[in-house]
Amino acid sequence: MAHNAQHLSKLLASSFKQAPPNTLPEVVISKIDGLVNWARTGSLWPMTFGLACCAVEMMQGYAARYDMDRFGVIPRASPRQSDCIIVAGTLTNKMAPALRKVYDQMPNPRYVVSMGSCANGGGYYHYSYSVVRGCDRIIPVDVYIPGCPPTAEAFVYGILQLQKKIGREQNLLTWWRK
Amino acid sequence: MENMLYIIIEGGLKSLIVIIGLLIGVAFATLLERKVMAAMQKRRGPNVVGFVGLLQPLADGLKLVLKETIIPIVADKLIYAIAPILTFTISIVLWSVIAVGVQSVFASINSGVIFILAISSIGVYGIILAGWASNSKYAFLGGLRSAAQMVSYEVALGLIILSIITYAGTVNLQEIMENQEKVWFIIPLLPGFLLAFISALTETNRPPFDLPEAEAELVSGYNVEYSSTGFALFFLGEYANIILMSVLLSVFFLGGIVSNKILGAMKGVGMLCSFIWVRATLPRYRYDQLMYLGWKSLLPFALLIYIGVISMVLIIK
Repeated sequence: MAHNAQHLSKLLASSFKQAPPNTLPEVVISKIDGLVNWARTGSLWPMTFGLACCAVEMMQGYAARYDMDRFGVIPRASPRQSDCIIVAGTLTNKMAPALRKVYDQMPNPRYVVSMGSCANGGGYYHYSYSVVRGCDRIIPVDVYIPGCPPTAEAFVYGILQLQKKIGREQNLLTWWRK
Repeated sequence: MENMLYIIIEGGLKSLIVIIGLLIGVAFATLLERKVMAAMQKRRGPNVVGFVGLLQPLADGLKLVLKETIIPIVADKLIYAIAPILTFTISIVLWSVIAVGVQSVFASINSGVIFILAISSIGVYGIILAGWASNSKYAFLGGLRSAAQMVSYEVALGLIILSIITYAGTVNLQEIMENQEKVWFIIPLLPGFLLAFISALTETNRPPFDLPEAEAELVSGYNVEYSSTGFALFFLGEYANIILMSVLLSVFFLGGIVSNKILGAMKGVGMLCSFIWVRATLPRYRYDQLMYLGWKSLLPFALLIYIGVISMVLIIK
């Protein structure tokens, strides 16, 4: 049984992470990947998609005390120029098509942050007839921020976790090894 | 033959220096803006990417270039691609007559002022083509608004510049600066300076005159459909224009770089900080108020100033 557990954990680890680069081209490509990831983490422009009270905490995160501008996070009004979309608040059935359309209009690479209980799974309105039970039913989500509503600190922490996730990407290396 | 080769190489190197300097200037102008606005709003601004945020513009630029370029299926593809290139190119061309040192200018033509007015008039095309080619109602309205306010306020700005030409007696930028060796033009022509400043804000689509980029109305104006490189070029063009307007105002009213290069640069940066200052303090105008101000307030005042300057020149000189 212990042997099976070890085998399973090793299998899972290998499926998530690539072997380190071991030839000169791979080393160079990894460095390029690192530079690209640095640019993308240092310049995250979220699409403004505030829906309910979570949006107020999101604004608090942008405002003076927490100041997401420190990390290069500036809200953009057009999906064409956005890198991620922060679904902050209750996603209703009526708003779901709009969310999908905005997401489809964003250029790749794009990321999604689901902020708050309502966006995560319907939250307080889980049993309402008019509420989507989690925006991950509409668009794929990269980071979930728990809370009802999340604090501004939780919001900042979620964005930092998204930056960590972006920093781990190895798109060029994957393409090279394919 | 080798003389011709020398001229070509020299011109190429000069162009390269101007363009690289402009790109660096634009990068740090955006950083300066975010830092100054942050200070005025009691927050930090970019200070994580690079040493105290110095590499933030580099990250922004690199990310924009690496993103997916989206061309809407209903857009006019050729004009859609040309518009940002046109906007950025015109911004660069305007710098060819700006002096970067005493007797150190790329092309010192006698009619530098006329050249600037002519080329900046062409700048409207980039914006209106972008708005039209996107085939999107928001982009179209944004483009129309941009074009309307640029054209409207160019009339007032042109009259103020005409006053300066009359007062200085020359259309050469170098000579205009040299004429201010004793007294800067801002002192006798203070009302003209105020009108020129307001017109400069409007020509560059800066708050409180950034109607095309009123987020609550038109999302992002004429560049709402542009992503990646197209948007980057518009961004560069916009900030290049802002720096140009700052430098022009310092040349026309604050003596420019005559006698002291460092002081001249400080004047330009001071004007740039004034642009940022206005953005952080004033709310946005309404569109009808904007047009009213341009045609019914600034234009008559500009005419009055022009008449006053002519009278002054006739009496004194």
